[in-house]
Amino acid sequence: MYPSRFSYDAPTSVEEVIAILDQNGGEAKVLAGGQSLIPMLKLRFASPARVVDINGIPGLEYHRLDPDGTLRIGALCRHEDLEFSKLLGNFPTLAQASSLVADPIVRTRGTFVGSLCHADPQGDWSATMIALGGKIIAQGPNGRREIEARDFVLGPFVNALAFNEVAVEAIVPPAKGKALGGYLKLERRVGDFATASVAIALDVDGDIVTRAGCALAGVGGRTIDANDAISVLVGKSLTAESIKEAAEAVAAAAEPRTDHRGSGSYKRHIVETFVTRILSNIANSEQKAA
Amino acid sequence: MTSLYDEVQAAPAAGVEVRRITVNVNGTDRTVDVEPRLLLAHLLRQALQLTGTHSGCDTSGCGACTVLMDGRPVKSCTVLAVQANGREVETVEGLATASELHPIQEGFKEEHGLQCGFCTPGMMLSAKALLERNPDPTEDEVRWALSGNLCRCTGYQNIVKSVLWAAKKMREQNQEA
Ligand SMILES: Cc1cc2nc3c(=O)[nH]c(=O)nc-3n(C[C@H](O)[C@H](O)[C@H](O)COP(=O)(O)OP(=O)(O)OC[C@H]3O[C@@H](n4cnc5c(N)ncnc54)[C@H](O)[C@@H]3O)c2cc1C
Ligand code: FES
Ligand code: FES
Repeated sequence: MYPSRFSYDAPTSVEEVIAILDQNGGEAKVLAGGQSLIPMLKLRFASPARVVDINGIPGLEYHRLDPDGTLRIGALCRHEDLEFSKLLGNFPTLAQASSLVADPIVRTRGTFVGSLCHADPQGDWSATMIALGGKIIAQGPNGRREIEARDFVLGPFVNALAFNEVAVEAIVPPAKGKALGGYLKLERRVGDFATASVAIALDVDGDIVTRAGCALAGVGGRTIDANDAISVLVGKSLTAESIKEAAEAVAAAAEPRTDHRGSGSYKRHIVETFVTRILSNIANSEQKAA
Repeated sequence: MTSLYDEVQAAPAAGVEVRRITVNVNGTDRTVDVEPRLLLAHLLRQALQLTGTHSGCDTSGCGACTVLMDGRPVKSCTVLAVQANGREVETVEGLATASELHPIQEGFKEEHGLQCGFCTPGMMLSAKALLERNPDPTEDEVRWALSGNLCRCTGYQNIVKSVLWAAKKMREQNQEA
């Protein structure tokens, strides 16, 4: 298999990328890690006239913490940079997801931001970003704007970027109080997309949840934003009752379909189980720490 | 040399955009004119005749085509040849010297790490990348590092043993050096 013909640019600045995208009016595609785009080109699900490779732009590989604890992830930060990162101590949701995205070889190339842009309903990082209340910084001909992660994924493989915008950075705000969370994914084998996965991020003050975030992958036509469902935890501590209530609410928010990975009801059951498991693990380790 | 689909020829056909790239392959600079859509796997196998890099699934799923690009494993069926411009690529042909097998190759021989051998080049390069970062991996770490490489024959037991064998040998060599 090989892609249909395209012209190729390897610009060395974001401004150049934007100019090329702008001139080509929707006929050009950004190439980041290529771990979704190249397979799509080969299958000819995508056949852009131009491919704009951003890998030659210096200074986008970073992920770093601001003094206030905000995490910033540049457009060329690879999955494996996060897997081996020492900066994710206050972001357990990201740390736990980082080794579950694809397989180790894909993780050397694929990027965090590219994965958000790809907007795969089964993508792991979009779920973590929605749970964490993250943002994406888009840059276009008129400068930069911030897009909430929950508004960034519009539908299956559709993001909120204009044709002449590049996603340059993802931002994850620090927790107010203590950051707790987790990510669980059911996959048929290493490197498979999620049959169902659950991302949870909590801000906790004492033992009271002050913010609760949750999103799901694999159980809908897009990443499922379950932030409203899990907000039943806000103002409460993690008890058997509150955990049960949250797990039922989140499972009800899933929109799973029956396919070769399992039946809809099975996937919904997995979601409920994973929410219970993540929250119970948090409650148990907090109890031990206390 | 010009490498297009599906032929290697002296010059590009009229109207076909090509790019001149220079890739250091196993220590030697190779300069080729390629179509931007050419995949790294096809550059290696067709234009450079390095058929040790195997094409298994061709859909990014099996790891048989794994090579090292600037030292990190990549699926060469999922990287464009133009993206290797100015970089170092190592294939299985780069492992052995004229007189000696690489310890990883020796390990696969000693521990019977292959049956049909189709997955082996990819396995060995993933293993090499692991051992460069972690010379003394646990069995679990070996399994984790190889989890993107599929083998349909061995059941993996002996592959893991082969890599642990090589790790030990390489540590011993480093101590002597
Ligand atoms: C075998 C295999 C298994 C996988 N398993 C998983 C999995 O389990 N979970 C998972 O989440 N993903 C999985 N993936 C997908 C992988 O994580 C990709 O790396 C990711 O989806 C896309 O990131 P990329 O950097 O490779 O983007 P690319 O493939 O380069 O681009 C993807 C899309 O996003 C656009 N894009 C990329 N970067 C930008 C940017 N900065 N600005 C604007 N647009 C941009 C591109 O134009 C393209 O449309 C798998 C891939 C493979 C090959
Ligand atoms: S041939 Fe490249 S991953 Fe299978
Ligand atoms: S030895 Fe046959 S596929 Fe691995």
